[in-house]
Order: sequence, then C-alpha cells, then structure tokens
Amino acid sequence: MSIEKREARQPWVLLSPALVSILLLLIVPLMFIVVYSFWLRTATGADQVGFYLDNWIEVLTDEFYRDILLQTLRIASVTTIVCAVMGYPAAYFIARSRGNKAILLLLLMLPFWISYIIRTMSWINILGVSGAFNSVLMMLGIIDEPLQLLYNEVTVILGLVHFLLPFMILNIYVSLEDIDRNLEDAACSLGAHRGRTFLEITLPLSLPGLAAGGLLCFVLGAGTYITPVILGGPRDAMFANLVFEAIITQLDWPLGSVLSLVLIAVLGSIVLVYNRFLGMRQLMKGLA
Amino acid sequence: MSAVKLHNIVKKFGAFTAVHPMSLDIPERSFVTLLGPSGCGKTTTLRMVAGLLDPTEGDILVAGRQINDVPIHKRNLGIVFQNYALFPHKTVADNVAFGLKHRNIPKEERNRRVAEALELVQLPHLANSYPKQLSGGQQQRIALARAIVIEPDVLLLDEPLSALDANLREDMRVELKRIQEQIGITTIFVTHDQSEALAMSDILVVMSNGRVEQVGAPKEIYSNPTSRFVADFLGTSNILEAEITSEGGQSGLTAAAVGFVPLRDEQMAKLAGRAKAYLVIRAEKIDILPLDAGPDARLSFEGTIEAVDYQGQLVRYFVDVQGMKFQVLNMLSGTTSFEDGDRVSVRFDSQDCVAVGED
Ligand SMILES: Nc1ncnc2c1ncn2[C@@H]1O[C@H](COP(=O)(O)OP(=O)(O)OP(=O)(O)O)[C@@H](O)[C@H]1O
Ligand SMILES: [Mg+2]
Repeated sequence: MSIEKREARQPWVLLSPALVSILLLLIVPLMFIVVYSFWLRTATGADQVGFYLDNWIEVLTDEFYRDILLQTLRIASVTTIVCAVMGYPAAYFIARSRGNKAILLLLLMLPFWISYIIRTMSWINILGVSGAFNSVLMMLGIIDEPLQLLYNEVTVILGLVHFLLPFMILNIYVSLEDIDRNLEDAACSLGAHRGRTFLEITLPLSLPGLAAGGLLCFVLGAGTYITPVILGGPRDAMFANLVFEAIITQLDWPLGSVLSLVLIAVLGSIVLVYNRFLGMRQLMKGLA
Repeated sequence: MSAVKLHNIVKKFGAFTAVHPMSLDIPERSFVTLLGPSGCGKTTTLRMVAGLLDPTEGDILVAGRQINDVPIHKRNLGIVFQNYALFPHKTVADNVAFGLKHRNIPKEERNRRVAEALELVQLPHLANSYPKQLSGGQQQRIALARAIVIEPDVLLLDEPLSALDANLREDMRVELKRIQEQIGITTIFVTHDQSEALAMSDILVVMSNGRVEQVGAPKEIYSNPTSRFVADFLGTSNILEAEITSEGGQSGLTAAAVGFVPLRDEQMAKLAGRAKAYLVIRAEKIDILPLDAGPDARLSFEGTIEAVDYQGQLVRYFVDVQGMKFQVLNMLSGTTSFEDGDRVSVRFDSQDCVAVGED
C-alpha cells in the first residue's frame, strides 16, 4: 500500500473507535427512543406497541409543555449572556497576562475536580436560610429574619452560570490567544485608541470563541436537569425535569421519549440556525 | 532639521540592557537602515520610535517634537510589521482605509486616497479581496499601502522582506525603494540582511550588542569600516592581527604571512590610541593568478589553494599563505580556474587594505 493511500485511510482508522462508540451509545439508543415515542402507555401501566401519535399530539399542543420549553430557553439565554459578559473580561485578562497563564488556566479548571452536584449544592450553604449570607446579615443586625433567597429562577441561573462560566472563558481565551498581538499594535499605530482597537480588531476576531462558548453554554444550560432540582422552586422546572418526571416517576417511557425528542429537535435547530446566521463559516474563512 | 532624532536612548529589560545609550540623527526623506546580527537591538530601537516600547532613558524627537509621552495612536507613524499584520476580517480596501477612518477623513477623500495608495503599490484590482487570499508579496504591498496612506511623518519597517522567498525579495526591494523615493518619506528600515541594507540605504547604521558600531553611507562603511566588528560583519574579509611599524618613512602594519603593508595616513590615523590593530583585506580585493604570471605593482605572495567553492559567476577560494588562511572572491573568468592543491600567486594592492583598531 502506498504511503499516500495509507495516509488517506489513516483518519478513518483513528476515528473508528470514536465512531463505533457514538453509533452504539448514541445513535442506536436514539433510534429506540424514536420507536418508543410512538408507543402508548395504557391505563394498566403496560406499554402498547404500535404506531400511536397520541403523545406527540399531546406534547405539541398542550400549553403546559410549550411554557416550560420557553422558560427553559429563557433561562439558558440569560445564563449564556451572563456567562459572556462575565467571561470575556476574565478570558481577556488571562490571554493578556504574562508568564502565569498556566496557573490561571489551572485555577479555571479547578472547579471541575469537584462534582457538579456538590458545587451546585454549595449554594445552599451560602444562600440558604441558615447559610453564610443570611448569617452575616443577621449578625450585623441588618435583618432580623433570614431572607428567602433560594429556590427561584435567579438561583437557578446563578447555579448554571457557576457551572458554565469556565467553558465560556476557555472558549474565548482560545480565540483571544490566537490573535496576533501585532494586529492591535498596527491598529494603534494607524490612529485607533485602545477602545476602538478593541471594538474593531480584538472583539471581532474573538467572535468565533465567543460564539462557540455561547453555543456550548446555551445547549448545556438548556439541557440541564440537576440545577433546577437543587436550586429551583416548584415553578422553575426545566424541560429535562419533565423528561425525568415522565420516565422515572411515572414510568411513562413513550411520553418521556417524545419530550426528549422535542428537546433534541429544538436545540438541534437552534445550533443549525446559529451556524447559519452568525456566519461562522465566513468568519472562519477570514481567519484560516 | 532632522526628521527623527534619538538622543541617548536606552532600553533595559529588567537587568538586561538591550539598547545602550544611542544617539542618531535621521535627515528628512532619507532611507536609514538599522543593520546587525540577531538580538543586537534593532527591533527594540524601532519599537521605541514607534511607541510600542518606552525608552528607559533618553529622548525621541520626530519633526522636532519630543514624542516620548505621545501615545502611539497620536504619533502619526507608518509601521510595516514583519508578518504584515493585516486585519484578517477586513477587505484590502478596508485595511488601507483603517488609518484614514480613524483620522476622520471624509468618505470621499478616503476612497480616493485608498485608490491612490493601491495604485502606488500596483494592486488596485485586489481592493475587495481578503488578506488570506493574497500571496506574501501582495500582502506585503498592502501592508505598505496601509502604512503610507496616512501620510506618516516616518515610515518604520521591521524586516518587511524576510518572509518572502529570495526572488520576490529582490523585486520587493526595488519596489519598496521606488515607492519610498516617489513619495519622499523618511524611512527607518530594520534588517539583518546586509545585501538588502547596502542596496537600499542612504544611511546605514551598523549595530552590535545594543550599540551603534558605525553610521554612514553604505559605500563608505563597506570600504572603510572603523571597527573589527563591522569589517567582519559586512562582506567577506580577511582580518589579520597586526602591529604598527614603518619602513623607509612610510608607516603601515606588519602581520604574519603578509609582512609589512604600507597604509595611507588616514588609515593609520584610525589606530591612534587603540590597543590592538588589525589589517583588513576584503576577499574580493585579492586576486589569484597562476604562479608564472608576470609581476605587477601589487603585493604578491605564494599560496596553496585548499578548497574551491563555486557560487555561480563568483568563485570563492580558500588559500593557505604560510599557514594563514585567506578567503578570496573572484569573478569566474573561464580562462583561468584553479583546483585544490594548486600553487598560486596571491596578490592585492596595499591601497585596498584597511586598518581597524580595537580596545
Ligand atoms: N520584551 C523583552 N523582554 C526581555 N528581553 C527582550 C525583550 N525584547 C527583546 N529582548 C532582548 O533584547 C535583545 C534585542 O532584541 P531585539 O528584538 O531588538 O533584537 P533584533 O536586533 O531585532 O534581533 P532579530 O534580528 O533577531 O530580530 C535580545 O537579546 C532580546 O532577547
Ligand atoms: Mg528583530
């Protein structure tokens, strides 16, 4: 076999374990879910095999599901925006600091060493009725009764930002790192002061990172299940909680399947639209 | 009035001094080249003028105005970076227009000047392309157009040709010089390529280890180096340790293998007060002749060819004269060529020899 042929084949050889596991662990179960979604749970609790559209019709027409979907997308959007606004300066600082970048990046990764659930629950110790925040305020005599800070949409977003911020920072950092510092110097030498240089050169060139980080935060945020359970109130359920509820609590696999397919479809189309309208390809071309 | 004046500027990075007190006067409209080996402080000096680095000490004046504390975006300097630094997300026209936009030049005039600049670098048809679609040479020209369209007081170029391949580099060299002369802009050019420096400069500044070794016209520096470093760095030289002697009222230098070489007074004057003296003979000032060639007015020595290195129309001989190795560069004449081991006559004119001193 010629080297050229071998090289042409090599990527597939190297990719095959990943492709096989994606096929077995993702595509095949997804097919099962699709099949399940057309079954029907009968009053007896048994699944009726067949081709029923009942669950699809229920989910697509009931306003309850639509409202929770919108709430999910709203929470994910706000989380993404907060992450972008908080993450950009941090990423910029890391990318522009000299020497100690490795340590700063390590600090950024540090939270990943602790379970996401524990990190989320830590907010209970901070914002709970007998948590740190209330204790300090009471000690200082500012309040007499502890404030009810937890279990609302704001704390859900807080928990999500806490979880997702490092992803955003890393993505922005990578694209900032890629920008040739001479470009900023060139812009300055041509008469643009630092603010203008940032807006016209640095920011546009870091957009791919911002966009990738944003997409990641949005998709992970919209699919979250644990954060609303731990930090949300009864009205702050997100779409993944419905799936859990249907499958685990009610043992209604067909309904759960429909719900998960709807979530996948919605997030999938958002990714596609995002790709199309943010013109990421175009941007990439300019940078390649 | 000089366009740029450096007055005892110093740059320290921590304990390391990259540029020792350096003073330089750059006349209006001249093309000045900073030449020196890697790490000698050329870029550092240029970046201080550009405002990208603050001098630790000293003053920088542009058009008589002290600009140490003027921020870079108000200095009105045109900079061409080694890697061109074109904005990848902007078209060629927008790249060139960038500086004008930030000077609040109205749109019509802006478009006219961008078109003129692209005309000057002979790439008007690329206005709507993106930098990545251009070849290295084209990017180079656009970077130049972007720098000069703002009509800067001074044009600063840091090794702008080094990323191009050899042929293109020579073309761009001519092109760059043409443009510089056409718009008559004061230019500071940094390179470590001596042929570039010799070909393009009005004034050559040879640097080493953060110090200026010699300043002058390229021809003058080439033919009359004032330090051992410059003699060694520019061209190919034979440098012999020597002693000051005189014979028959004529003073000169005596060195191993060549003996006494009479030198002109102005050369001897360069040695006044120096601890060591060296005799410098340029490789191309030495001739190799067959042993039986008739005598002429030049000094003549017998030697043995040790190696021959053909370089196209030039040939380089390594010759041993009484244990001293000489390098000789001769045009390949066709009629006479020599082989390893040939006994030859090595000749040079004492008038072509230069003395340099060292402390
Ligand atoms: N930011 C910096 N911090 C510390 N040392 C530096 C810095 N910039 C340059 N130097 C040092 O200063 C010296 C001069 O550097 P400079 O870049 O001016 O050299 P140069 O003459 O341009 O060399 P080259 O031909 O390789 O570009 C070098 O020894 C370099 O290591
Ligand atoms: Mg340099």
